[in-house]
Amino acid sequence: MIIRKIAENIVSPLGFTTEENFASVMAGRTALRRYYSLWDLPFSCFVSLIPDERLDAEFEAQVPCFTTAVYTKFEKCVLLSATKALKQCELDAASDRVVFILSSTKGNVSLLSDENPDIERVTPAHTAQLVARHFHNPNIPITVSNACISGLCAQIEAYRCLMSGQYNAAVVIGADVLSPFIVAGFQSLKALSDEQCRPFSANRKGLNLGEAAATVVYSVDDDAADGWRMLAGAVRNDANHISGPSRTGEGSYQTLTAVIRDSGLSTNDLACLNVHGTSTLYNDEMESIAINRAGLNPVPVNAMKGYYGHTLGAAGILETLLTMRALEDGIVPATRGFDELGVSNPVLVSSESLDTQKRAFVKLLSGFGGCNAAAVFKGYGL
Amino acid sequence: MNTMVKHTVKLTPNYLEVNGKRVAETVAGESFLTKLYRLYNMEYPKFFKMDVLCKVGFVASEVLLGTEGGERFVPRSDRAVLLFNRHSSLHADSTFQHTIANPDEFYPSPSVFVYTLPNIVTGEIAIRNKYQGESSFILLPEKSEEAMDQAVARAFMDRETTSVLTGWVEAVSETEYEVEMELRMKNDE
Repeated sequence: MIIRKIAENIVSPLGFTTEENFASVMAGRTALRRYYSLWDLPFSCFVSLIPDERLDAEFEAQVPCFTTAVYTKFEKCVLLSATKALKQCELDAASDRVVFILSSTKGNVSLLSDENPDIERVTPAHTAQLVARHFHNPNIPITVSNACISGLCAQIEAYRCLMSGQYNAAVVIGADVLSPFIVAGFQSLKALSDEQCRPFSANRKGLNLGEAAATVVYSVDDDAADGWRMLAGAVRNDANHISGPSRTGEGSYQTLTAVIRDSGLSTNDLACLNVHGTSTLYNDEMESIAINRAGLNPVPVNAMKGYYGHTLGAAGILETLLTMRALEDGIVPATRGFDELGVSNPVLVSSESLDTQKRAFVKLLSGFGGCNAAAVFKGYGL
Repeated sequence: MNTMVKHTVKLTPNYLEVNGKRVAETVAGESFLTKLYRLYNMEYPKFFKMDVLCKVGFVASEVLLGTEGGERFVPRSDRAVLLFNRHSSLHADSTFQHTIANPDEFYPSPSVFVYTLPNIVTGEIAIRNKYQGESSFILLPEKSEEAMDQAVARAFMDRETTSVLTGWVEAVSETEYEVEMELRMKNDE
Protein backbone atom coordinates (compact mmCIF):
# COMPACT_ATOMS: atom_id res chain seq x y z
CA MET A 1 0.00 0.00 0.00
CA ILE A 2 1.24 3.47 -0.92
CA ILE A 3 0.58 6.66 1.03
CA ARG A 4 0.96 9.54 -1.38
CA LYS A 5 0.73 13.30 -1.05
CA ILE A 6 -2.05 14.57 -3.33
CA ALA A 7 -2.39 18.22 -2.28
CA GLU A 8 -0.79 20.83 -0.06
CA ASN A 9 -0.66 24.44 1.05
CA ILE A 10 1.43 26.75 3.20
CA VAL A 11 0.06 30.01 4.64
CA SER A 12 2.89 32.01 6.18
CA PRO A 13 4.37 35.49 6.22
CA LEU A 14 6.50 34.37 3.25
CA GLY A 15 3.56 33.43 1.08
CA PHE A 16 0.12 31.88 0.85
CA THR A 17 1.03 28.91 -1.36
CA THR A 18 3.85 26.36 -1.19
CA GLU A 19 5.21 27.79 -4.44
CA GLU A 20 5.33 31.35 -3.10
CA ASN A 21 6.98 30.15 0.10
CA PHE A 22 9.55 28.13 -1.82
CA ALA A 23 10.42 31.13 -3.98
CA SER A 24 10.90 33.25 -0.84
CA VAL A 25 13.17 30.65 0.75
CA MET A 26 15.21 30.32 -2.44
CA ALA A 27 15.58 34.11 -2.52
CA GLY A 28 16.97 33.90 1.03
CA ARG A 29 14.17 35.98 2.56
CA THR A 30 13.21 35.76 6.19
CA ALA A 31 9.86 36.57 7.75
CA LEU A 32 11.50 37.35 11.10
CA ARG A 33 11.40 40.97 12.29
CA ARG A 34 12.38 42.73 15.48
CA TYR A 35 9.52 44.19 17.52
CA TYR A 36 10.33 46.50 20.40
CA SER A 37 7.04 46.29 22.28
CA LEU A 38 4.86 43.82 20.42
CA TRP A 39 1.40 43.73 22.10
CA ASP A 40 2.91 46.02 24.78
CA LEU A 41 5.12 43.18 26.02
CA PRO A 42 7.91 44.60 28.21
CA PHE A 43 10.77 43.18 26.07
CA SER A 44 11.84 43.21 22.44
CA CYS A 45 11.56 40.07 20.36
CA PHE A 46 12.27 38.64 16.93
CA VAL A 47 9.15 36.96 15.54
CA SER A 48 7.39 36.34 12.23
CA LEU A 49 3.71 37.27 11.92
CA ILE A 50 1.14 36.53 9.21
CA PRO A 51 -0.14 39.92 7.97
CA ASP A 52 -3.81 40.33 8.96
CA GLU A 53 -4.73 42.34 5.83
CA ARG A 54 -3.69 39.64 3.40
CA LEU A 55 -5.10 36.86 5.55
CA ASP A 56 -8.48 38.59 5.74
CA ALA A 57 -8.54 39.38 2.03
CA GLU A 58 -7.70 35.82 1.00
CA PHE A 59 -10.05 34.36 3.59
CA GLU A 60 -13.00 36.41 2.33
CA ALA A 61 -12.19 35.63 -1.29
CA GLN A 62 -11.55 31.90 -0.89
CA VAL A 63 -13.41 30.47 2.10
CA PRO A 64 -17.15 30.23 1.57
CA CYS A 65 -18.91 31.10 4.83
CA PHE A 66 -22.63 30.92 5.20
CA THR A 67 -22.75 32.42 8.63
CA THR A 68 -21.78 35.79 10.00
CA ALA A 69 -19.52 34.08 12.51
CA VAL A 70 -16.39 36.02 13.30
CA TYR A 71 -13.41 33.73 13.15
CA THR A 72 -10.20 34.15 15.12
CA LYS A 73 -6.88 34.48 13.32
CA PHE A 74 -6.08 30.88 14.21
CA GLU A 75 -9.38 29.62 12.78
CA LYS A 76 -8.92 31.71 9.63
CA CYS A 77 -5.42 30.31 9.06
CA VAL A 78 -6.62 26.72 9.50
CA LEU A 79 -9.69 27.13 7.27
CA LEU A 80 -7.83 29.05 4.57
CA SER A 81 -4.92 26.60 4.38
CA ALA A 82 -7.24 23.57 4.23
CA THR A 83 -9.46 25.27 1.62
CA LYS A 84 -6.50 26.12 -0.60
CA ALA A 85 -5.10 22.59 -0.37
CA LEU A 86 -8.42 20.90 -1.07
CA LYS A 87 -8.95 23.07 -4.17
CA GLN A 88 -5.89 21.31 -5.67
CA CYS A 89 -7.38 17.84 -5.62
CA GLU A 90 -10.56 16.02 -6.51
CA LEU A 91 -11.06 14.71 -3.00
CA ASP A 92 -14.61 14.65 -1.62
CA ALA A 93 -13.87 15.99 1.86
CA ALA A 94 -17.43 15.17 2.96
CA SER A 95 -16.82 11.44 2.47
CA ASP A 96 -16.82 9.17 5.51
CA ARG A 97 -13.61 7.68 4.06
CA VAL A 98 -11.76 10.95 4.75
CA VAL A 99 -10.43 12.03 8.15
CA PHE A 100 -9.35 15.49 9.30
CA ILE A 101 -6.28 15.69 11.52
CA LEU A 102 -5.20 18.92 13.20
CA SER A 103 -1.81 19.69 14.72
CA SER A 104 -1.62 22.60 17.14
CA THR A 105 0.06 23.41 20.42
CA LYS A 106 -1.96 26.39 21.65
CA GLY A 107 -4.85 26.90 19.20
CA ASN A 108 -7.12 29.72 20.35
CA VAL A 109 -5.34 30.28 23.68
CA SER A 110 -5.36 34.06 23.08
CA LEU A 111 -9.13 33.99 23.78
CA LEU A 112 -8.25 33.54 27.47
CA SER A 113 -7.38 37.24 27.60
CA ASP A 114 -11.04 38.11 26.87
CA GLU A 115 -13.05 39.44 29.78
CA ASN A 116 -15.41 36.46 29.63
CA PRO A 117 -13.48 33.89 27.62
CA ASP A 118 -15.35 31.29 25.57
CA ILE A 119 -13.63 28.38 27.32
CA GLU A 120 -15.00 25.72 24.98
CA ARG A 121 -13.49 27.48 21.99
CA VAL A 122 -9.95 27.62 23.42
CA THR A 123 -9.14 23.95 22.85
CA PRO A 124 -7.82 23.00 19.39
CA ALA A 125 -10.32 20.11 19.47
CA HIS A 126 -13.02 22.76 18.97
CA THR A 127 -11.24 24.17 15.91
CA ALA A 128 -10.81 20.67 14.48
CA GLN A 129 -14.56 20.13 14.81
CA LEU A 130 -15.19 23.51 13.17
CA VAL A 131 -13.04 22.57 10.19
CA ALA A 132 -14.52 19.09 9.80
CA ARG A 133 -18.03 20.55 9.88
CA HIS A 134 -17.06 23.31 7.46
CA PHE A 135 -16.21 20.63 4.91
CA HIS A 136 -19.26 18.52 5.91
CA ASN A 137 -17.03 15.67 7.03
CA PRO A 138 -18.89 13.21 9.29
CA ASN A 139 -15.92 11.73 11.17
CA ILE A 140 -14.57 12.71 14.58
CA PRO A 141 -11.51 14.85 13.83
CA ILE A 142 -8.23 13.94 15.53
CA THR A 143 -6.16 16.72 17.11
CA VAL A 144 -2.58 15.88 17.95
CA SER A 145 -1.10 18.09 20.64
CA ASN A 146 2.44 16.93 21.34
CA ALA A 147 4.20 20.28 21.65
CA CYS A 148 6.70 20.97 18.86
CA ILE A 149 6.53 17.50 17.29
CA SER A 150 2.76 17.74 16.67
CA GLY A 151 3.10 18.35 12.92
CA LEU A 152 5.01 15.11 12.43
CA CYS A 153 2.79 13.17 14.83
CA ALA A 154 -0.24 14.32 12.84
CA GLN A 155 1.31 13.00 9.62
CA ILE A 156 2.19 9.72 11.36
CA GLU A 157 -1.44 9.42 12.55
CA ALA A 158 -2.54 10.05 8.95
CA TYR A 159 -0.15 7.39 7.68
CA ARG A 160 -1.55 4.85 10.13
CA CYS A 161 -5.18 5.86 9.45
CA LEU A 162 -4.58 5.04 5.80
CA MET A 163 -2.32 2.00 6.21
CA SER A 164 -4.87 0.37 8.53
CA GLY A 165 -7.53 0.72 5.84
CA GLN A 166 -9.74 2.78 8.12
CA TYR A 167 -9.71 5.77 5.76
CA ASN A 168 -8.77 6.45 2.13
CA ALA A 169 -7.52 9.99 2.63
CA ALA A 170 -6.41 12.30 5.42
CA VAL A 171 -6.40 16.10 5.47
CA VAL A 172 -3.60 17.07 7.86
CA ILE A 173 -3.49 20.70 8.96
CA GLY A 174 -0.86 22.21 11.27
CA ALA A 175 -1.22 25.71 12.64
CA ASP A 176 -0.30 28.04 15.45
CA VAL A 177 -0.54 31.81 15.78
CA LEU A 178 1.35 33.91 18.29
CA SER A 179 -0.05 35.84 21.24
CA PRO A 180 1.32 37.47 24.41
CA PHE A 181 0.67 34.09 26.10
CA ILE A 182 3.08 32.16 23.86
CA VAL A 183 5.74 34.85 23.50
CA ALA A 184 5.81 35.67 27.24
CA GLY A 185 5.91 31.96 28.04
CA PHE A 186 8.93 31.20 25.88
CA GLN A 187 10.57 34.40 27.14
CA SER A 188 10.04 33.25 30.75
CA LEU A 189 11.85 30.01 29.87
CA LYS A 190 14.75 32.13 28.53
CA ALA A 191 14.41 30.24 25.24
CA LEU A 192 14.11 33.28 22.96
CA SER A 193 16.93 34.99 21.14
CA ASP A 194 16.66 38.76 20.77
CA GLU A 195 18.44 38.38 17.41
CA GLN A 196 17.83 36.39 14.26
CA CYS A 197 18.18 32.72 15.22
CA ARG A 198 21.36 30.88 14.22
CA PRO A 199 20.75 27.12 13.93
CA PHE A 200 23.75 24.95 14.91
CA SER A 201 26.02 27.99 15.15
CA ALA A 202 28.57 28.58 17.89
CA ASN A 203 26.99 31.96 18.70
CA ARG A 204 23.37 30.78 18.78
CA LYS A 205 21.35 32.36 21.55
CA GLY A 206 17.94 30.78 21.32
CA LEU A 207 14.89 30.48 19.13
CA ASN A 208 12.54 32.88 17.33
CA LEU A 209 8.80 32.21 17.20
CA GLY A 210 6.72 32.35 14.03
CA GLU A 211 3.18 31.98 12.71
CA ALA A 212 2.12 29.57 9.97
CA ALA A 213 -0.52 27.15 8.82
CA ALA A 214 0.26 24.27 6.50
CA THR A 215 -1.85 21.48 5.05
CA VAL A 216 -0.91 18.21 3.43
CA VAL A 217 -3.44 15.75 2.02
CA TYR A 218 -2.43 12.10 1.90
CA SER A 219 -4.25 9.43 -0.03
CA VAL A 220 -4.03 5.67 -0.39
CA ASP A 221 -2.66 4.69 -3.75
CA ASP A 222 -2.10 1.21 -5.12
CA ASP A 223 -0.69 2.38 -8.42
CA ALA A 224 2.94 3.03 -9.13
CA ALA A 225 1.96 6.71 -9.11
CA ASP A 226 4.60 9.39 -9.22
CA GLY A 227 4.95 11.89 -6.40
CA TRP A 228 5.85 12.05 -2.74
CA ARG A 229 5.26 9.07 -0.51
CA MET A 230 5.47 8.78 3.23
CA LEU A 231 7.45 5.62 3.96
CA ALA A 232 7.74 5.49 7.76
CA GLY A 233 7.29 7.43 10.98
CA ALA A 234 8.11 6.93 14.66
CA VAL A 235 7.63 8.72 17.98
CA ARG A 236 9.81 8.08 21.06
CA ASN A 237 10.17 9.68 24.48
CA ASP A 238 13.49 10.57 26.14
CA ALA A 239 12.01 9.71 29.56
CA ASN A 240 14.41 12.31 30.86
CA HIS A 241 13.00 15.84 31.43
CA ILE A 242 9.73 17.66 30.68
CA SER A 243 11.30 20.84 29.28
CA GLY A 244 14.83 19.90 28.23
CA PRO A 245 16.12 17.44 25.65
CA SER A 246 18.07 14.35 26.61
CA ARG A 247 21.83 14.88 26.79
CA THR A 248 22.34 11.60 24.95
CA GLY A 249 19.70 12.37 22.28
CA GLU A 250 18.05 9.09 23.24
CA GLY A 251 14.54 9.66 21.89
CA SER A 252 15.67 11.27 18.64
CA TYR A 253 18.27 8.54 18.16
CA GLN A 254 15.58 5.88 18.64
CA THR A 255 13.20 7.55 16.16
CA LEU A 256 15.96 7.87 13.56
CA THR A 257 16.97 4.22 13.75
CA ALA A 258 13.31 3.10 13.72
CA VAL A 259 12.34 5.10 10.62
CA ILE A 260 15.46 4.18 8.65
CA ARG A 261 14.79 0.52 9.44
CA ASP A 262 11.06 0.74 8.61
CA SER A 263 11.55 2.75 5.41
CA GLY A 264 13.93 0.18 3.93
CA LEU A 265 16.23 3.01 2.82
CA SER A 266 19.92 3.38 3.57
CA THR A 267 21.95 6.43 4.52
CA ASN A 268 23.08 6.70 0.94
CA ASP A 269 19.52 7.21 -0.32
CA LEU A 270 19.00 10.37 1.74
CA ALA A 271 19.34 13.84 0.22
CA CYS A 272 19.15 15.48 3.63
CA LEU A 273 18.01 15.40 7.22
CA ASN A 274 15.58 18.29 7.66
CA VAL A 275 15.98 18.72 11.40
CA HIS A 276 14.37 20.79 14.14
CA GLY A 277 17.33 23.22 14.50
CA THR A 278 15.55 25.62 16.85
CA SER A 279 18.85 27.38 17.68
CA THR A 280 18.59 26.76 21.39
CA LEU A 281 21.86 25.55 22.89
CA TYR A 282 20.45 22.24 24.02
CA ASN A 283 18.23 21.31 21.06
CA ASP A 284 20.86 21.67 18.35
CA GLU A 285 23.51 19.96 20.49
CA MET A 286 21.13 17.07 21.20
CA GLU A 287 20.31 16.65 17.50
CA SER A 288 24.00 16.51 16.59
CA ILE A 289 24.46 13.68 19.12
CA ALA A 290 21.40 11.75 17.93
CA ILE A 291 22.40 12.07 14.24
CA ASN A 292 25.90 10.75 14.96
CA ARG A 293 24.67 7.93 17.18
CA ALA A 294 22.36 6.86 14.36
CA GLY A 295 25.28 6.89 11.90
CA LEU A 296 23.58 9.57 9.77
CA ASN A 297 26.42 12.09 10.00
CA PRO A 298 27.39 11.67 6.29
CA VAL A 299 23.96 13.09 5.27
CA PRO A 300 23.58 16.87 4.77
CA VAL A 301 21.56 18.54 7.53
CA ASN A 302 19.35 21.59 7.11
CA ALA A 303 16.94 23.62 9.23
CA MET A 304 14.24 26.14 8.22
CA LYS A 305 13.92 28.18 11.42
CA GLY A 306 15.99 31.07 10.03
CA TYR A 307 13.27 31.78 7.44
CA TYR A 308 10.16 31.35 9.59
CA GLY A 309 11.16 31.03 13.21
CA HIS A 310 9.68 28.13 15.14
CA THR A 311 6.12 27.74 13.87
CA LEU A 312 5.17 25.24 16.62
CA GLY A 313 2.25 23.04 15.49
CA ALA A 314 2.76 24.03 11.85
CA ALA A 315 6.51 23.32 11.76
CA GLY A 316 6.35 19.58 11.04
CA ILE A 317 4.11 20.09 8.03
CA LEU A 318 5.56 23.35 6.71
CA GLU A 319 9.14 22.08 6.86
CA THR A 320 8.20 18.73 5.29
CA LEU A 321 6.43 20.44 2.37
CA LEU A 322 9.26 22.89 1.73
CA THR A 323 11.85 20.11 1.76
CA MET A 324 9.76 18.12 -0.74
CA ARG A 325 9.40 21.15 -3.01
CA ALA A 326 13.13 21.94 -2.87
CA LEU A 327 14.15 18.34 -3.61
CA GLU A 328 11.87 18.36 -6.66
CA ASP A 329 14.34 20.94 -8.02
CA GLY A 330 17.30 18.92 -6.74
CA ILE A 331 18.09 21.42 -4.00
CA VAL A 332 18.81 21.10 -0.28
CA PRO A 333 18.00 24.64 0.92
CA ALA A 334 20.58 26.65 2.84
CA THR A 335 20.29 26.82 6.62
CA ARG A 336 19.66 30.55 6.98
CA GLY A 337 21.45 32.08 9.96
CA PHE A 338 24.10 29.35 10.17
CA ASP A 339 27.73 30.45 10.31
CA GLU A 340 30.32 28.59 12.40
CA LEU A 341 29.43 25.09 13.62
CA GLY A 342 28.85 25.09 17.36
CA VAL A 343 27.81 21.58 18.33
CA SER A 344 29.98 18.83 19.78
CA ASN A 345 29.28 16.21 17.11
CA PRO A 346 30.00 16.83 13.41
CA VAL A 347 26.94 17.57 11.26
CA LEU A 348 26.92 18.75 7.63
CA VAL A 349 25.06 22.06 7.98
CA SER A 350 25.58 24.69 5.30
CA SER A 351 24.74 28.35 4.82
CA GLU A 352 24.64 27.64 1.08
CA SER A 353 22.09 25.51 -0.75
CA LEU A 354 23.37 22.20 -2.14
CA ASP A 355 22.56 20.34 -5.33
CA THR A 356 21.44 16.75 -5.02
CA GLN A 357 20.24 13.92 -7.25
CA LYS A 358 18.54 12.16 -4.36
CA ARG A 359 14.81 12.43 -3.66
CA ALA A 360 14.41 11.06 -0.13
CA PHE A 361 14.78 12.74 3.25
CA VAL A 362 14.22 12.40 6.98
CA LYS A 363 12.20 14.98 8.91
CA LEU A 364 13.18 15.16 12.58
CA LEU A 365 11.57 17.07 15.48
CA SER A 366 11.72 17.10 19.25
CA GLY A 367 9.69 18.90 21.88
CA PHE A 368 8.65 19.56 25.46
CA GLY A 369 7.39 16.54 27.30
CA GLY A 370 10.55 14.71 26.16
CA CYS A 371 8.96 13.73 22.87
CA ASN A 372 10.75 13.13 19.56
CA ALA A 373 9.45 12.23 16.11
CA ALA A 374 10.96 11.32 12.77
CA ALA A 375 9.54 10.37 9.40
CA VAL A 376 10.92 9.36 6.01
CA PHE A 377 9.57 10.66 2.70
CA LYS A 378 10.60 9.74 -0.82
CA GLY A 379 9.77 11.29 -4.18
CA TYR A 380 9.10 8.94 -7.11
CA GLY A 381 9.41 9.91 -10.76
CA LEU A 382 10.51 13.43 -9.88
CA MET B 1 -4.72 -6.29 15.93
CA ASN B 2 -5.95 -8.38 18.83
CA THR B 3 -5.55 -6.58 22.14
CA MET B 4 -6.74 -7.16 25.67
CA VAL B 5 -7.36 -4.83 28.58
CA LYS B 6 -5.26 -5.62 31.64
CA HIS B 7 -6.34 -3.51 34.64
CA THR B 8 -8.38 -0.33 34.71
CA VAL B 9 -8.37 2.67 37.01
CA LYS B 10 -11.04 5.32 37.38
CA LEU B 11 -10.31 8.49 39.32
CA THR B 12 -12.77 11.29 40.07
CA PRO B 13 -12.78 13.96 42.81
CA ASN B 14 -15.01 11.60 44.83
CA TYR B 15 -13.53 8.15 44.46
CA LEU B 16 -10.86 5.84 43.06
CA GLU B 17 -11.78 2.56 41.39
CA VAL B 18 -9.36 -0.23 40.44
CA ASN B 19 -10.62 -2.93 38.09
CA GLY B 20 -14.17 -1.73 38.69
CA LYS B 21 -13.88 -1.93 42.48
CA ARG B 22 -14.02 1.18 44.65
CA VAL B 23 -10.85 1.33 46.75
CA ALA B 24 -10.84 4.88 48.14
CA GLU B 25 -13.26 7.72 48.67
CA THR B 26 -12.75 11.36 49.40
CA VAL B 27 -13.28 12.85 52.84
CA ALA B 28 -14.25 16.49 53.24
CA GLY B 29 -11.42 18.88 54.03
CA GLU B 30 -8.52 17.04 52.43
CA SER B 31 -6.91 16.90 49.03
CA PHE B 32 -7.95 13.58 47.57
CA LEU B 33 -4.93 13.50 45.24
CA THR B 34 -2.45 14.12 48.09
CA LYS B 35 -4.21 11.49 50.18
CA LEU B 36 -3.81 8.94 47.39
CA TYR B 37 -0.19 9.97 46.90
CA ARG B 38 0.49 9.10 50.54
CA LEU B 39 -1.80 6.07 50.68
CA TYR B 40 0.06 4.45 47.79
CA ASN B 41 3.54 5.55 48.99
CA MET B 42 4.34 7.12 45.65
CA GLU B 43 7.47 8.86 46.99
CA TYR B 44 7.99 11.20 44.04
CA PRO B 45 8.44 14.77 45.33
CA LYS B 46 8.06 16.18 41.79
CA PHE B 47 4.37 15.37 42.25
CA PHE B 48 3.96 18.50 44.35
CA LYS B 49 5.22 20.73 41.52
CA MET B 50 2.80 19.32 38.95
CA ASP B 51 -0.33 21.03 37.67
CA VAL B 52 -3.65 19.27 38.25
CA LEU B 53 -3.71 17.56 34.83
CA CYS B 54 -0.33 15.96 35.52
CA LYS B 55 -1.27 15.12 39.11
CA VAL B 56 -4.41 13.20 38.16
CA GLY B 57 -2.64 11.44 35.30
CA PHE B 58 0.31 10.60 37.51
CA VAL B 59 -1.78 9.28 40.42
CA ALA B 60 -3.94 7.12 38.14
CA SER B 61 -0.86 5.72 36.36
CA GLU B 62 0.87 4.93 39.66
CA VAL B 63 -2.16 3.00 40.91
CA LEU B 64 -2.57 1.23 37.57
CA LEU B 65 1.10 0.22 37.29
CA GLY B 66 1.25 -0.78 40.95
CA THR B 67 -1.67 -3.09 40.25
CA GLU B 68 0.13 -4.54 37.25
CA GLY B 69 3.06 -5.47 39.51
CA GLY B 70 6.36 -6.72 38.17
CA GLU B 71 9.59 -4.81 37.97
CA ARG B 72 9.20 -1.08 37.43
CA PHE B 73 11.52 1.83 36.51
CA VAL B 74 13.61 -0.19 34.05
CA PRO B 75 14.15 1.58 30.68
CA ARG B 76 11.91 0.11 27.99
CA SER B 77 10.65 1.14 24.55
CA ASP B 78 7.89 -1.41 24.08
CA ARG B 79 5.24 0.47 26.08
CA ALA B 80 3.48 3.50 24.61
CA VAL B 81 1.67 6.20 26.60
CA LEU B 82 -1.38 7.54 24.73
CA LEU B 83 -3.78 9.86 26.53
CA PHE B 84 -6.85 11.86 25.51
CA ASN B 85 -9.04 14.73 26.62
CA ARG B 86 -11.08 17.61 25.23
CA HIS B 87 -9.85 20.66 27.09
CA SER B 88 -6.10 20.23 26.60
CA SER B 89 -4.13 22.02 29.36
CA LEU B 90 -6.92 24.54 30.07
CA HIS B 91 -6.30 24.85 33.81
CA ALA B 92 -2.57 25.54 33.44
CA ASP B 93 -3.37 27.90 30.55
CA SER B 94 -5.76 29.93 32.73
CA THR B 95 -3.24 29.99 35.57
CA PHE B 96 -0.49 31.25 33.27
CA GLN B 97 -2.83 33.80 31.70
CA HIS B 98 -3.33 35.34 35.16
CA THR B 99 0.43 35.93 35.47
CA ILE B 100 0.50 38.08 32.30
CA ALA B 101 -2.97 39.67 32.33
CA ASN B 102 -2.03 42.84 34.16
CA PRO B 103 0.85 44.95 32.78
CA ASP B 104 1.57 46.24 36.30
CA GLU B 105 1.97 42.72 37.64
CA PHE B 106 3.59 41.02 34.67
CA TYR B 107 5.36 37.99 36.09
CA PRO B 108 5.12 35.13 33.58
CA SER B 109 6.10 32.03 35.49
CA PRO B 110 8.26 29.45 33.70
CA SER B 111 7.22 26.78 36.20
CA VAL B 112 3.58 27.35 35.21
CA PHE B 113 4.26 27.76 31.50
CA VAL B 114 5.88 24.32 31.16
CA TYR B 115 2.55 22.76 32.09
CA THR B 116 0.62 24.61 29.36
CA LEU B 117 0.88 21.62 27.03
CA PRO B 118 -1.28 18.52 27.39
CA ASN B 119 1.55 16.14 26.49
CA ILE B 120 3.49 17.11 29.62
CA VAL B 121 1.45 14.51 31.49
CA THR B 122 2.48 11.80 29.01
CA GLY B 123 6.06 13.01 29.48
CA GLU B 124 5.78 12.91 33.30
CA ILE B 125 4.54 9.31 33.16
CA ALA B 126 7.30 8.37 30.69
CA ILE B 127 9.96 9.94 32.92
CA ARG B 128 8.67 8.32 36.10
CA ASN B 129 8.58 4.87 34.52
CA LYS B 130 11.55 5.24 32.11
CA TYR B 131 9.24 4.53 29.16
CA GLN B 132 11.18 5.42 26.00
CA GLY B 133 8.51 4.19 23.60
CA GLU B 134 5.90 6.24 21.81
CA SER B 135 4.12 8.96 23.79
CA SER B 136 1.24 11.03 22.51
CA PHE B 137 -1.67 13.23 23.55
CA ILE B 138 -4.75 13.43 21.35
CA LEU B 139 -7.58 15.96 21.77
CA LEU B 140 -11.10 14.89 20.85
CA PRO B 141 -14.20 17.10 20.54
CA GLU B 142 -15.94 14.72 22.94
CA LYS B 143 -15.15 11.57 24.90
CA SER B 144 -15.57 8.79 22.36
CA GLU B 145 -14.67 5.18 23.23
CA GLU B 146 -14.65 4.38 19.53
CA ALA B 147 -12.23 7.17 18.61
CA MET B 148 -9.93 6.21 21.51
CA ASP B 149 -10.02 2.50 20.60
CA GLN B 150 -9.07 3.33 17.02
CA ALA B 151 -6.17 5.52 18.18
CA VAL B 152 -4.89 2.74 20.47
CA ALA B 153 -5.07 0.30 17.56
CA ARG B 154 -2.99 2.73 15.50
CA ALA B 155 -0.41 2.98 18.30
CA PHE B 156 0.10 -0.79 18.03
CA MET B 157 1.09 -0.27 14.37
CA ASP B 158 4.53 0.75 15.66
CA ARG B 159 6.23 -2.64 15.57
CA GLU B 160 8.09 -2.07 18.85
CA THR B 161 4.91 -1.36 20.82
CA THR B 162 3.55 -4.34 22.75
CA SER B 163 1.46 -2.51 25.36
CA VAL B 164 -0.20 0.89 25.68
CA LEU B 165 -0.96 2.82 28.84
CA THR B 166 -3.99 4.75 27.68
CA GLY B 167 -7.11 6.60 28.70
CA TRP B 168 -9.10 9.77 29.17
CA VAL B 169 -7.37 12.33 31.41
CA GLU B 170 -9.36 15.51 31.83
CA ALA B 171 -8.84 18.14 34.54
CA VAL B 172 -10.41 21.56 34.09
CA SER B 173 -9.86 22.70 37.70
CA GLU B 174 -8.38 21.46 40.98
CA THR B 175 -11.75 19.95 41.87
CA GLU B 176 -13.16 18.94 38.48
CA TYR B 177 -11.39 16.00 36.90
CA GLU B 178 -12.01 12.59 35.43
CA VAL B 179 -9.52 9.87 34.61
CA GLU B 180 -10.26 6.48 33.09
CA MET B 181 -6.98 4.72 32.43
CA GLU B 182 -6.14 1.20 31.36
CA LEU B 183 -3.30 -1.02 30.22
CA ARG B 184 -3.88 -2.50 26.79
CA MET B 185 -1.69 -5.46 25.84
CA LYS B 186 -0.96 -6.99 22.47
CA ASN B 187 -2.62 -10.38 22.40
CA ASP B 188 -0.23 -12.79 20.71
CA GLU B 189 -2.42 -15.85 21.07
